[in-house]
This record gives sequence, structure tokens and C-alpha cells, in this order.
Amino acid sequence: MNQAVPKAQQARQTSRAVARRGLVSPMRWLLCIAFLVCGLTPARTRAQDSAAAGVRIGLTYDRTGKPGVAITPVTGSNADSVRAILVRDFDFSDRISVIALERGDAPSGALNYPVFAKLGAVAVVQAVVTPAGALHVAVHEVAQKQVILVLNMALPAPAYSPEWRAVVHAASDSIEWAVLGQRGTAGTRIAYVRGNQIWTVDADGGSARPVPGTAGALSPAWHPTGTKLAFNLLPDDGRSRIVVRDLMGGGVSRTIRVSDLNMSPTFSPDGSQVVFAAGSDGTDLYTASTAGTDPPTRLTSRRGSTNTSPTFSPDGRRIAFTSGLIGHAEVYIMDADGSSADILTSTGFGDQLYRSNPDWSPDGKRVAFQSKINGVFQVMTISIRDKSTQQLTSDGENEDPSWAPDGRHIVFVSTRTGSRELWVLDTESSRARQLTHGGRVQNPAWSPLLSMSNQP
Amino acid sequence: MITPRRLVTLVALMAFAACAKKQPPAAAPAPAPAPRVNQDSIDAANRARAAATAAAEAERQRVAAAAAAETQRLAAAVAAARAKLAAAVYFDYDMDEIRADQLATLDAKVAIINANADVRIRIAGHTDDRGSDEYNLALGQRRSASIRRYLAARGVAESRFEVVSFGEQRPAQQGEDEEVRAKNRRAEFEVTAGGQNLKAP
Repeated sequence: MNQAVPKAQQARQTSRAVARRGLVSPMRWLLCIAFLVCGLTPARTRAQDSAAAGVRIGLTYDRTGKPGVAITPVTGSNADSVRAILVRDFDFSDRISVIALERGDAPSGALNYPVFAKLGAVAVVQAVVTPAGALHVAVHEVAQKQVILVLNMALPAPAYSPEWRAVVHAASDSIEWAVLGQRGTAGTRIAYVRGNQIWTVDADGGSARPVPGTAGALSPAWHPTGTKLAFNLLPDDGRSRIVVRDLMGGGVSRTIRVSDLNMSPTFSPDGSQVVFAAGSDGTDLYTASTAGTDPPTRLTSRRGSTNTSPTFSPDGRRIAFTSGLIGHAEVYIMDADGSSADILTSTGFGDQLYRSNPDWSPDGKRVAFQSKINGVFQVMTISIRDKSTQQLTSDGENEDPSWAPDGRHIVFVSTRTGSRELWVLDTESSRARQLTHGGRVQNPAWSPLLSMSNQP
Repeated sequence: MITPRRLVTLVALMAFAACAKKQPPAAAPAPAPAPRVNQDSIDAANRARAAATAAAEAERQRVAAAAAAETQRLAAAVAAARAKLAAAVYFDYDMDEIRADQLATLDAKVAIINANADVRIRIAGHTDDRGSDEYNLALGQRRSASIRRYLAARGVAESRFEVVSFGEQRPAQQGEDEEVRAKNRRAEFEVTAGGQNLKAP
């Protein structure tokens, strides 16, 4: 059997490099083929490490720069909606200056590259919805006057369904990858709690819908594959437990109850472990395998104090968490085996003693958390290296930050409009946008990069 | 209150009075005096019998009323015990220590729990809406555990209690002023077993 599939294994490794946090998908296969045809090396296309890696268009991804990308009019059924979603995805990425053209060439025709160069475009996106219902995209590199990416993706019926929108978002992310060398996050989703149930919403605010089988759930956490959620189930009788639930129809893979209170789960970066807080009088952190029946192992031992809200460093070696060890909540860091715990938020924050809800950034350099300032919570980040802090919010009360897989956007709960809504902040430009409407949301968790095959 | 002895006296007096009233039949056409003497004693006997029946009926009603009153008293006592068992205990902000003004509420529960060996109670800790959702869930748990610890120190076995937390998820009242928040920082008590035949201590 092994001898029969060396090519497949090779291809799988290539795809894994492409989709570090996602699954292999038919679309990615197409992408790989498209790139190979263009004579590109797949090694360039590592999604997460692109800030340092070489880039498609001769640009190096610059967190503050926003290269221009022109989008010509889209033809075919629902073309305007496809175009609007692409334009909005690029806009929300905060990495691209969209040059939206009202008139342009047909997707298959030759482009007048010097004109686009004058408009400041480094790339031109042409898209068409074919009569067969496929989204056909060509991305041109203006400087080299050549096509650098061709996508041909089936658009599932009906139009505007979550599945249909997911395909358009996937196209956006692939285009962004070709232009910037960093995969976009338009195809990601944010899980959150509304009305004691878990919901998910697309990164652009569309397709908000409840996750079946999550009544009574709190604190959702994404498995690194994006195919599972762990959450705290808090039923009417108060007998809380940790539940690991498959989003692809596989049901519940593990239920954990080690004490009276079992809460705030998170997955290890390799997906093998779920770490959570449990206790009857004070809580400690425990670790257990994601699927299996092994008894959970206790990581902390601080009877009577609260230890909760764990978050892993991206390398899986350390865990940041909230602890009430010294009488009030502060953020601590320890090794993943529970040793060498030390306070992280030790710098002066005034007389408001409350720091909690850490979330480790995907680049490993910072931890986002909430700090009580003048009586209300604000979202801050702290550097792991030198403990320098940055306050990101000041409008209303802002809580419970969660990093996007791009390492620059953060989703959090804000009361700035008067009700509790999710907002997305670009930590580079400080641009904020409202993600949900309808109020009373809590516990947002940004998904990892999702491939087409693990869209929940 | 009419005691049985008083009642007997009363009936006897009434019977005597009735006899006395009928005594002077002034100008009667007395054809046969002998039967009249007989009739008088028959009437007296009948009257005595009626009085005794009335007395018995009064006694029956009295006993029934007393029983009903006792049932009512017991029901009221059980309801009071139930209310005392269920009475919420309130906390200061971000604290799990039991406030001095809440001790009486807890102490009142001890005798009731001790008088009902089958009773099991779920203590649910709650918090106000300030603070982190997750930290508040842990705070609510510390509050319910703190109460269990206090009751155990008063001699109630810990196994009688289940301690859970709802954090800030289930406020008793909606709102953001301090009065509302003070009502939400609480522990609630629910009888989960042995509540059907609750006895007042």
C-alpha cells in the first residue's frame, strides 16, 4: 500500500505546507496544480510564515503597506454579489487597497497592464460566474504582465447560502495569498455564545447560524483543524462538563467531568490535548486527550484559588491562564506540564486589580487580555519578551479578545453601541468594525484557517 | 375555648333551664294527670338525648376543627421551613466570604436539614455581570463551596450538598445599577431529594 502512493504522499506534504492549519481539499489541489504550472515553488506558499518568506509578486508582506489590487466587473449570475463579497473581503483584510473598476475587460481578454500600473495596481482580479455555475478567477501580476493564479471553483446552490459564500471567501483568500504571500482570513469563522447556545459567523459578518447540539454551551474553543469545537456545557442542573463535539457530523467525541465545575477548554496546537479548568472550591487546570478515555491530569495545584481560561503558545510549550493566586485575577504563564508558573501581567496597571482572559497571538510574541481600567474592561496586549503593553480599546467596555489566524486582527465583545456585540479590530491600523447585531453575545473564538473541506 | 368539661356543664344547665321553663302549666283542663307525669319524663328524656347528640356533634366538629388547625399549622411550618431552606444568601463584590448579615439565613437552614435526614440540597453560586464570564463562573463555584464549608462546620455532612455555579449566566434581576447587582451576587438553594415529606424541626 505504501509503495502505491508515493505521489499522493508527496502531494499531501505539499498541501500540508500550504495549509498548515487546515485540511487538504480539492480546491487546494487545484491551486497547487495552478502554481506548479506557473513554475512556482510550493515552498513559497506557507500560509503562516509568510511575513518572513518570499512573496509572489516581488512584494514582501508589509504589515502597514496596502498594495493596490484592481477588481474588474464580474459577469454571470449573481455576479454583483460575488464581486461585492470579494471587494469587502479585501477591504476587511486591511492588507489590500481595493481599486474597484466600474468598467473593464472580459476575464479572458488581454489586459492593458500599463493602465493598471498607473492606477497603482500590483495585481488585477478578473472573475466570471460560468453558465455551469462555477466561479472562474484569473489573477494578473501587473509588473510581469502575466497570469499568476487561475481558480475554477464550483459554486454550490442555492446562491447566498453559507456554502456558496464560503466558496467566494475561499477565492478571496487564495487571491490574497497569490498577491501578498499570506493567506487571507475571509474563509474563517468566529464561534461565540448567544442565548446559551454556540453560534458561528463568517469573518465578514455573514452566515450567522447556531451550531446544532450546543444548547447550554459556553466558552467555545476551536480544534486546530477547524473540524471540532470544545465547550463548557452548563445544563439547568448546573452539572457542568467539557464536551468535544465534531462539526462534520461526527457527534460528541469526548465528555469530561472531573469535579463540580468544569470549564473554559482550549486545544493544544497539535490538537491532541484539551486543557480546561475544573474544581469544587477553586479551580485547577487539567489536561486530557481530545478523543479517548484517559483520566485527566492535573497541571496546577493551588487549592482554593481560581485558575482558568488557558491558552497555548503556538509552539505548544507554554500555557497562559488567569489565576487568582494573589487574591485577584492576573495573567500567568507556565510550562505546558504545569511547572515554572510565573505572573505575566506584573507591570503597573493602576489600582484596578483585574487582568484576565488571555489569548496567545499566532506569532507567539504577544498575549491579548482584558484589564480593568477606570472601572471597565479594555483589551490590551502584552509582549512576552519585554512585557511592554498596548491598550487597544477605550470606547465602551471591551472584553474577551481572540486573535485571528492572521495575527493582526482581534475579535472581542464591546458595549460601545450600548449592547454587547462582537467587534473586529485591526491591531495595525486600529480600524474597528462591528461583526454581529442583536446583542447579548459572549465568548468569541476565532477559528483557525479553514479549508473548503472543513467548513463547518 | 370551650373545654369538654365546660360543655357538659353547659348542656346540663341548658337541660335544667328547659325543664324549669316548662314547669307551670296554669289553667289546664286536667282530665288525666297520671299520663302527664309520664309525658313530662319522656320529654325530659328526649331533651336530654337531643342535648347529648348535639354535644357529640359539637365535639366531633371541635375535633375536626382542631385537626384542620393542626394540619394548617404544620403546613405553615413546613412552608416556612421550605422558605428558610430556599432563602438566598448574598455576597459582596468579587467575594466568596459569607457576610455577617447572612449568617442567620444560613443558621436557620441547619436545624431543618438536620430534622430531615433524606434532604439533599443543591447550592448554586451566582455573580453579578461585572468581571470576566469565566472568572465569574469560578467565583460562583467558590461561593457555593464557601456555604457548604460553613454548613459543614455547623454539623451538616458535606455529602448532603451538591455545589454548582452559574456565574453571571442567570441573573435574578436584569439591570446594571448596584441594587440589581447586589441581588445577583447570591447563592440559591434547591432541594433535590427528600423534599416531599419535609418535617419542620
